[in-house]
Amino acid sequence: MNHTLAHKSAHDDHHDHGPHQYKGIIGFIKRWVFTTNHKDIGTLYLLLALFSFFLAGAMALLIRVELFQPGHRLVDPNLFNQLTTMHGFLMLFGVVMPAFTGMANWQIPMMIGAPDMALPRLNNWSFWILPFAFGLLLSTMFHDGGGPNFGWTMYAPLSTRYAPPSTDFMIFAIHMLGISSIMGSINIIATILNLRAPGMTMMKMPMFVWTWLVTAFLLLVIMPVLAGTVTMMLTDRHFGTSFFEAAGGGDPVLFQHLFWFFGHPEVYVLILPAFGVISEVIPTFSRKPLFGYHFMVYATICIALLSFIVWVHHMFTTGVPLGAELFFMYTTMLISVPTGVKVFNWVSTMFRGAMTFETPMLFAVAFVFLFTIGGFTGIMLALVPADFQYQDTYFVVGHFHYVLVPGVVFALFSGAYYWLPKWTGHMYNETMGRWHFWLSVISVNITFFPMHFLGLAGMPRRIPDYALQFTNFNVVVTVGAFIFGFSQLLFLGNLIYTIRKGKKVDAQVWEGATTLEWTLSSPPPYHSFTTPPTIL
Amino acid sequence: MIKKRARNIPLLLTGMAVAMFAFGFALVPIYNSLCKNLGINGKVELKSVAFDASKATVEYDREILVEFVATNNSGVPWAFYPKKPKLKVHPGEIARLAFYAENKTNHRMTVQAIPSITPGIAAKYLKKTECFCFEQQTLEGHEGMNMPLLFHLDTDLPKHIKTITLAYTLFDVTERVTH
Repeated sequence: MNHTLAHKSAHDDHHDHGPHQYKGIIGFIKRWVFTTNHKDIGTLYLLLALFSFFLAGAMALLIRVELFQPGHRLVDPNLFNQLTTMHGFLMLFGVVMPAFTGMANWQIPMMIGAPDMALPRLNNWSFWILPFAFGLLLSTMFHDGGGPNFGWTMYAPLSTRYAPPSTDFMIFAIHMLGISSIMGSINIIATILNLRAPGMTMMKMPMFVWTWLVTAFLLLVIMPVLAGTVTMMLTDRHFGTSFFEAAGGGDPVLFQHLFWFFGHPEVYVLILPAFGVISEVIPTFSRKPLFGYHFMVYATICIALLSFIVWVHHMFTTGVPLGAELFFMYTTMLISVPTGVKVFNWVSTMFRGAMTFETPMLFAVAFVFLFTIGGFTGIMLALVPADFQYQDTYFVVGHFHYVLVPGVVFALFSGAYYWLPKWTGHMYNETMGRWHFWLSVISVNITFFPMHFLGLAGMPRRIPDYALQFTNFNVVVTVGAFIFGFSQLLFLGNLIYTIRKGKKVDAQVWEGATTLEWTLSSPPPYHSFTTPPTIL
Repeated sequence: MIKKRARNIPLLLTGMAVAMFAFGFALVPIYNSLCKNLGINGKVELKSVAFDASKATVEYDREILVEFVATNNSGVPWAFYPKKPKLKVHPGEIARLAFYAENKTNHRMTVQAIPSITPGIAAKYLKKTECFCFEQQTLEGHEGMNMPLLFHLDTDLPKHIKTITLAYTLFDVTERVTH
């Protein structure tokens, strides 16, 4: 991992040229629509993710306003269901996946010493499908009969027999998202396997590249299954098939099996790149190489493989036989072993390191701690007898928000603050970054921790009303959610500040960073490495 | 050599995505045959099993309580109920029962009854000689009839199973039939 590098950034600037410039507003649009540059496309992905983050976040706040007090107050139950559905879809497919794909686009070529992605035109296409897919998905909210209202898990028969007409638009949007992810994954795998600089062997690749390689393979395997499943939904709805229709000999539970065959590896698609980011940030600010690099690689692969044999743990209460319940309980608990290896290695990397706590590191340390809490509640949910109580309660909501918000989203912020100076050539505002961190880390716990208690006391999820005794905790949750939501504006402010007024930085922004991107100037040349760097 | 490999990777990966799309559809028969053969989903083969009284050994020392549940799916305003809510049967003994169905609407309707057995593991030990669920049932408006069910429990039924619930749900298939 700790390779000695011989590469001069000045060498590259020599024959570097910027993007092809056209004239006027049309020219500006053409420059971004036709771009095949990995940095441009990475930026587009990240901006799309940022936009979706605020949109889906606003939906979450509407949900929390409705749940501030018992009784129907602000939104009617059907709109409430549409909001929870759209919040889930957008946060997964519109925020986390595009944000990490954006980081992959920016970082992977720079980290492996390549000039660009392997398939630049495909790269352009896989991004530009997205705005249309999300346009289609969001348009469903304005259709007659409303948008999809059955949750992002789309369980049949809610999504087939009882679904609003707009569901077909959602299905096509999912097809488009799937095509985009598959093309993005092909591109990432091809880049990593073909474009590594001489001497960059697989076991010298930075962890972020490794986690993305594994993630891309996961996506390639699961997205087609999701596409097939929603196609079955479509044919059940309109073409007289009965995949999920009991009257015609089908089985609604089959939908859950197919969905979770996609759905469980999908959660690792969301978390593995986060592991990658954390594995870059912690060594940099501990000024030590990553502890147990080889084990980190094997643990990543191990988690990915295990993720295919645990899906029934989402369905313990569907009446699966005891033998299957035990099998899936044990395999689920087995995942905590490679995950535990990772947490142990991060802690060991920090141990006796010369640590400093700049904003990226603050987010990374909070990630390790709070993600682990989400992991522990995951083990609680894996226990079959306990799961019968927790199923479909706010305990589940608390669990997955702990792994996704202070987990994945914090990793995104950590990565964004870490690489923003490299991407823009300007330093972000450290004070504002710290305010952002401390407000986020406090409010995220105010928001999601009480959800565990609500769930244990029996509050069901996805219901716009609740019994009176849950009021106090719900008030706390809503207050926390608003603090968290508005704190994120600090990030937006900091981003604008960085681009406009941030202090100029040189190539090596963080003195503890050892990966290849730091040998390039900040901002890096348009075509990252036109001559491959030498890795000794 | 290296160039060739480089060009093949995207093709190979595309092939993988296409194969996984097909695999998604292949999962449907895989699940169904697994559920039926292992009897783990309460799914039953919709075919009759001949009952041979001469070969059957009845276990008189065991008595199983069989409960019947009848449900109408939405859009089926029929009266539908078992004549007896429960029966006590010895494994190996033939049992007979009728379900009453009456079309409460003014028009002709065709329904399909879908059985489900709880606990799922008992599904493959419940053998039906005759069942109204084997075929679709058509009734004119306000017509009623008794629908027969003839079944026996296999003597191999695991000892720990004391109660079996047999549930039928009526689904409207009128549109499918007329199309």
